[in-house]
Amino acid sequence: MSDKHTMTTAAQKSPAPIPASTGFDHPLLDRLLTGSSLPEWAVKLRRDAVDRLDTLSLPGRGEENWMRTDLRMFQPRAWVSAAERPATSGEAIPAGLLESATQGAAAVAGTVAFGGRIASLDGHVVRDELDPVLAGQGIVFGAPERILAEHGERFRSRWFSAVDGRADWFAAMHAAFHRAGAVLWVPAGVKLTTPLHVLSAITPGGLDTSHVLVVLEEGAEATVLTETVGGGESGSDGGFHCGATEIVVGRKASLRMVNLQNWSRGVWHFARQRAAVEAGGRLQWTLAALGSRLSQVQQDVALVGRGADAQVNGVMFTEARQQLVYNTLQHHMAPGCHSDLLYKGALQDRSRLVWRGMIKVDKAAQKTDGYQRNDTLMLSREARSDSIPGLEIEADDVRCTHGATSGRVDEEQIFYARARGLTADEAARLVVAGFFQQVFDRITIPPVREALSAAIGGRIRRVS
Amino acid sequence: MNQQPDHHPDQLVIRGLHVAVEGQEILKGVDLTIGRGEIHALMGPNGSGKSTLGYAIMGHPSYEVTAGTIELVAADGTRRDLLGMEPDERARAGVFLAFQRPMAIPGVRLADFLRHAVTNVRNPERKEGQELMPMKEFRSELKAKMSELSIDSDFARRYVNEGFSGGEMKRAEILQLAMLQPRFAILDETDSGLDADAVRLASQSIARIGGAGGDAASGADAMGILIITHHEQLLEHNVPHRTHVMLGGRIVESGGAELAAELHKRGYERIRAAYPDAAAAERAMEESTRNQEAAGV
Repeated sequence: MSDKHTMTTAAQKSPAPIPASTGFDHPLLDRLLTGSSLPEWAVKLRRDAVDRLDTLSLPGRGEENWMRTDLRMFQPRAWVSAAERPATSGEAIPAGLLESATQGAAAVAGTVAFGGRIASLDGHVVRDELDPVLAGQGIVFGAPERILAEHGERFRSRWFSAVDGRADWFAAMHAAFHRAGAVLWVPAGVKLTTPLHVLSAITPGGLDTSHVLVVLEEGAEATVLTETVGGGESGSDGGFHCGATEIVVGRKASLRMVNLQNWSRGVWHFARQRAAVEAGGRLQWTLAALGSRLSQVQQDVALVGRGADAQVNGVMFTEARQQLVYNTLQHHMAPGCHSDLLYKGALQDRSRLVWRGMIKVDKAAQKTDGYQRNDTLMLSREARSDSIPGLEIEADDVRCTHGATSGRVDEEQIFYARARGLTADEAARLVVAGFFQQVFDRITIPPVREALSAAIGGRIRRVS
Repeated sequence: MNQQPDHHPDQLVIRGLHVAVEGQEILKGVDLTIGRGEIHALMGPNGSGKSTLGYAIMGHPSYEVTAGTIELVAADGTRRDLLGMEPDERARAGVFLAFQRPMAIPGVRLADFLRHAVTNVRNPERKEGQELMPMKEFRSELKAKMSELSIDSDFARRYVNEGFSGGEMKRAEILQLAMLQPRFAILDETDSGLDADAVRLASQSIARIGGAGGDAASGADAMGILIITHHEQLLEHNVPHRTHVMLGGRIVESGGAELAAELHKRGYERIRAAYPDAAAAERAMEESTRNQEAAGV
């Protein structure tokens, strides 16, 4: 692109259009805060975010991270009333995939499945439990509204410290109107052996703005599983998720985090997620995606202390006309850190999967070891995937590499398997399972691995 | 086995088989009958159509049968039309092809692959999603077979043919043959790319699996085996009852084990001279292939 062209584009952009109000405004916030016991600082953050929201338009296709995301059919105003949807009484929340799998495995082993569980429906907290033994160890875990009311000062410096609540319309909308989700704080040296579970559900046409904050102090350990379910299959009956996740892994702490996006097929999913890993800390972070109509996910990992280590795993299966867009950042800010990202996606029907990954190495981050890889497997000729790796390196003593592959299921592989008695469907499922094996091998939580494997296996139809 | 010994083995019967690939006729009328307990050697120069016959029997979608029949004929005269079956149905009917170039399936362990295969082949009526053969039972059988064939125990944990050497691929094919115990096996150059010791081992293994070369040949477990080979060594422990020579897409001559020995010693000059029509067809096929390559097809 020439300079001249760039200038023309910039000139066209200015002056910025005055955004039309989307209905996510101060009066709505006032109504939602009625009777709230949030600390004053938290309320102010929300009011500032509404002010910010008033100045923003939806991201346009001229913006690098959004140019492959089709928002033409997305109307924010359509979801305002969902923000005030009352609690649905007597409605059973569907069990999560990871939830059932973990409970199943625990039943077989005769152990406890979860140390704590939170569930919300349409933004209303319907379950908020923590094993009293864990509470006795000083662990704080619960729905954000309750935790901020009870332990507000402890989280004041952490709240919206890792994710930017001003970055764009969705970030500001979330910062102003977030509800439910979870807060976890694990004191120094405490090692949690049972996983914690956070389920965010919506009814058809519902809104979820859950916020998750996880803080592990020095030497702490934990495993957190979050998942989203529900919504409708299409159009106005779908749903809208505008969420954020912030993670702080303290010095020498270790966190295993799994986020499964398993919405129904009509849900719009926008998520901003960022983890900061301090010196000697370890993070294993797995994103899995099976659902939604359209997803736009920003997943950032910042290695902020010497020797921090992050392993990022992505498992995506798309079908029908789903569009999933992932922007990832591995930001090496301190020396001697290691990051390793592996995203694997299989695409069926006319679906589309986009991954745009960046490894950024600051000048101070000598001896960086960074890797990113994206593999896609096409199960139909109409599917489309884009892999866009990137490196931005300012330090001079680093090792940063990336790789990407895109392949189709090979007819000769299918014939080989059929010649051994497998049906065409079984053969296709086996080939796809094999494709994901490398990333499953990295996920050290067996029920999660098995649940994802089974869910994907069940979605694969005859390869076209 | 609770079956009675079967003195009238099933047969794989091929009649007047014509096969085309991408519109080009490769097989031009093949007749071949293989009985259970029999070993047939199929020889012939490269490009004569030997592998094509194997693929056509197994039902590869790119190999179009334009005329002729392939049937399984039972002792009581019942006939099953193989051509009407999908490849996996043929496998479940007891037909096996050891591939000359087996496909890699990354991420899928050989043991898992085989457990699926064995379950389906042994329960031809199994519906998808029904239970696989119990893991414990499968593992102990696999372990026994592997030790019989002197195959390293970590082999089963490796991904199917992924990063296998030529020799390892052929051993994996033989292991699958042993586990699946088909009625009819086509071994397509199961000796190619192997050194002399490895071929000898393969030859012994096949003889052991197929129950060939001895009185077991008439037993209920005996396989009918079609060995496609260029070398004599594979036949050392699998002395062919019949040897067939393929040239220009037809079987032009059949004989006993002595024919295999002659071809090994003297090559195909006598055959080409004796069957000028087939030799002409061979040249035409070669030319057509060359022209296609030249045209970038």
